[in-house]
Amino acid sequence: MKVLYFAWLRQRIGIGEEAIDPPADVTTPRALVDWLVAKGGGYEKAFADTSAIKVAINQEFADYDAPIGKGDEVAFFPPVTGG
Amino acid sequence: MAVRVQRGEFDVGAELKALTKGNPQIGGLCAFTGLVRDVNDGASVSTLTLEHYPGMTEKMLERIEAEANKRWDLEASLIIHRYGTMNPEEVIVLTAAASSHRGDAFAACQFMMDYLKTEAPFWKVEDTGDGTRWVDSRDSDQEARERWKD
Repeated sequence: MKVLYFAWLRQRIGIGEEAIDPPADVTTPRALVDWLVAKGGGYEKAFADTSAIKVAINQEFADYDAPIGKGDEVAFFPPVTGG
Repeated sequence: MAVRVQRGEFDVGAELKALTKGNPQIGGLCAFTGLVRDVNDGASVSTLTLEHYPGMTEKMLERIEAEANKRWDLEASLIIHRYGTMNPEEVIVLTAAASSHRGDAFAACQFMMDYLKTEAPFWKVEDTGDGTRWVDSRDSDQEARERWKD
């Protein structure tokens, strides 16, 4: 699974992108966040308040309860501020 | 229809001229240009840097432009959005819509900009001289987008 982080999430975690192989029970972005946060460090700081963090699955906005699997690209980022 | 995401500067006048060239059906062209300001939320801004999500950005901009063309009768449309580091007065974004008459051009241009503000994955970080700070999203942008809901 490919996971991407943007803006201040990327800064807090320290990387913009990583390939991960989470356990089989990580089937939603919510479970993925819990698994990442358990690793501690920057993840814990970055995901302290997920109400301020959007999620996209395969480059489409998605919910934290949407299904994710091995081949998916999951991205986490703050609300967008372009324009 | 065209969408471009690029680092470099561009000439708004030349882009608009190219957009309408060869199409005498166009009677109205409406364009919005977003520029870097030197002050935001009370602090001076020396440079502004935009980060984006390559792939998703283009996908979302193309979708916004296609939706504008579905809702209004347009002869031509264009979205250009820059990323990277910019100075005050530089152009960040251009949305343009051309139609036979002004009504559709005005509405489509504003629609594309309002949707882009809340749907296109760009993030701004300002350098204020005392360090950098990520720009917060504004509720007013969300409200501007909501008014286009059917």
